[in-house]
Amino acid sequence: MDIFAQQVLNGLVLGSVYAMVALGYTMVYGILGLINFAHGEVVMIGAMIALAVISTLMGVSPDMNPFTMIFIAGSTAILVCMLLAFFIERLAYRPLRKAPRLAPLITAIGVSILLQNLAMIIWGRRYKMVPQIFPTETHELFGATITSVQLFIIGISGILMAGLLLVVHFTKLGRAMRATSESQRVAGLMGINVNKIISVTFMMGAALGAVAGILVAGNYSVAHYSMGFMLGLKAFTAAVLGGIGNLGGAVLGGLLLGLIESVGAGYIGDLTGGFLGSHYQDVFAFVVLIIVLVFRPTGLMGERVSERA
Amino acid sequence: MVTKRLFACVVSALLMAGCGADNEPNDGRKVVNIGHVGPLTGPSSHVGKDNERGAGLAVDEANQSSVVIGGEAIKFRLISEDDEANPQKATVVAQRLVDADVAGVVGHLNSGTTIPASTRYYEAGIPQISPSATAIKYTRQGYETAYRVMANDEQQGKVLGDYAVKTLGAKGIAIIDDRSAYGAGLADEFESAVKQAGGKILAREFTDITKVDFTAILTKIKGIDADLIFYGGMDAQAGPMMKQMKNLGLTAIFLGGDGIRTRQFTVLSGAESEGVYASTPGLPLEQMAGGTEFREKYKQVYREDIQLYAPYAYDATSVMIDAMKRANSVDPATYLPFLRSTDFKGVTGRIRFDERGDLKGGGISLYRVTNGAWKYIETIGGGE
Repeated sequence: MDIFAQQVLNGLVLGSVYAMVALGYTMVYGILGLINFAHGEVVMIGAMIALAVISTLMGVSPDMNPFTMIFIAGSTAILVCMLLAFFIERLAYRPLRKAPRLAPLITAIGVSILLQNLAMIIWGRRYKMVPQIFPTETHELFGATITSVQLFIIGISGILMAGLLLVVHFTKLGRAMRATSESQRVAGLMGINVNKIISVTFMMGAALGAVAGILVAGNYSVAHYSMGFMLGLKAFTAAVLGGIGNLGGAVLGGLLLGLIESVGAGYIGDLTGGFLGSHYQDVFAFVVLIIVLVFRPTGLMGERVSERA
Repeated sequence: MVTKRLFACVVSALLMAGCGADNEPNDGRKVVNIGHVGPLTGPSSHVGKDNERGAGLAVDEANQSSVVIGGEAIKFRLISEDDEANPQKATVVAQRLVDADVAGVVGHLNSGTTIPASTRYYEAGIPQISPSATAIKYTRQGYETAYRVMANDEQQGKVLGDYAVKTLGAKGIAIIDDRSAYGAGLADEFESAVKQAGGKILAREFTDITKVDFTAILTKIKGIDADLIFYGGMDAQAGPMMKQMKNLGLTAIFLGGDGIRTRQFTVLSGAESEGVYASTPGLPLEQMAGGTEFREKYKQVYREDIQLYAPYAYDATSVMIDAMKRANSVDPATYLPFLRSTDFKGVTGRIRFDERGDLKGGGISLYRVTNGAWKYIETIGGGE
């Protein structure tokens, strides 16, 4: 087995998930200039809902086709997360849209804590086991081992991210989103329903987040009420690395962060002669982030934007 | 003003109630209080209650056998406190027991609560015997009041290291720990034991308790051809780790401490847990000198099965009462030196203490997952 190829592959799997979650952050930031810290929790809720649906389905009809099962669980989770995001935006953020920037940011942290505790009350504190729906098949790829679930993660996240980019750049809805992002007031004057566009943006991010949550839970076979916190933080880092507000940047930042973490943890010990160990995995990722921000304060793909009025 | 007066009334009523408890009719015997602390509420309350019952059983038996100490007939009374497995709460209830003038304390249950509480007992000169705290630090603080009746993590790490090299025949070993006091401590002891046994450590990797992705460190371990992986940490991380090992095609033997020898571990890792080894300080009930007899006795009184450490709480209490008898005094300062010279035949085995207050030759039991459940293999050390 080629160890380097394996580490790169590990990084790609990790990075695809980061990228999908990072898109949720970056979409909202692009339109509202708000860092939606509750996004990580939406991801967690997606995973938990899907798990609950799968457990119920398995109890009711154990012989159900695994694809049907995952489809039902997935669509339920996506629907719930979209509704959740809609209400979060409607109830927590919209009343504060004209407030100073700090207010919605603190509200976002509050919503995040609320959702986490709610999940803890509903699903308990224990790590939950995600049942294995598909048999684990491993494939050889460039001398590295990859499971079908991991291939699925890379594939589905690639398709969804490409789809999102197409929607934003080539549809009427996408044009409205881009216009709202440039100036809500002018977009409103041009006949765009700004409130609707913002709601749709939140819901699209949440749908991607729900899928990411399901993929993470499926890949690691565990789900937990606090799983969204660290994932959210990493994805936010990825979004900043790529240039927050820029969709392509979120994808690039996510993949890059995954690769850095994976390759970093694998080789940092050898590179430093055993001086630094794998517990510097996160430090390594953040050092790269700082270096990038020193030379490119707006992130890798971020453009210089004048301060919003 | 009214509320103030009301408050005063309530306080005096409470105080009087407190006095009443002290003066309860006790057939003329002198009452000696023994404290017990464990989590009686919260997620591990079932284990805390279990300890309380073990200690209660020992106290009841002593009372039935009409103990005479220093020429006076003695009646022991167990004062049980709840520390909620919370270190801060532990010091509060420790102070409460000190204020209640207990002659000794059986507890606490967790290492995290036992260590901060031990300072209070040491300052008050009250002997403390923990039934189940295994962290090394507890008996390394220089407190002559701190004892335990279970083998500690140093002994556990030593047995595991020896077992990995000599019994499992590992040629190259990789160690992962979760950077927690427990995980890192156990991994350190394991590492030095492996080196002493002539084993080879190929890598020392780290993770933390918020992570679920271990593919990077596991891939590295795969690259150096380790044939045994030791994990110092808890079941919640070890479960997903097993799955990722399988996905990467890692076939090394997996070994861990008591943090992974739980049902939760076998649930989280599913079929992948098959063949995993882990240790737990102490013996399984069936292997204890008086295990079967104790189980029956416990069931008769409480109409429930033993959860976990009740036999250790029972022995800790008995050892304390035994030291009082030999010292012919219930005064902590007088009987404390006699605790040191304990040689007691308890339910869990022969109990003697070394100069630090650790159990001499405490046994460590090894288990292996067979057909999805932990199966006992053998006990190393102890068992006298």
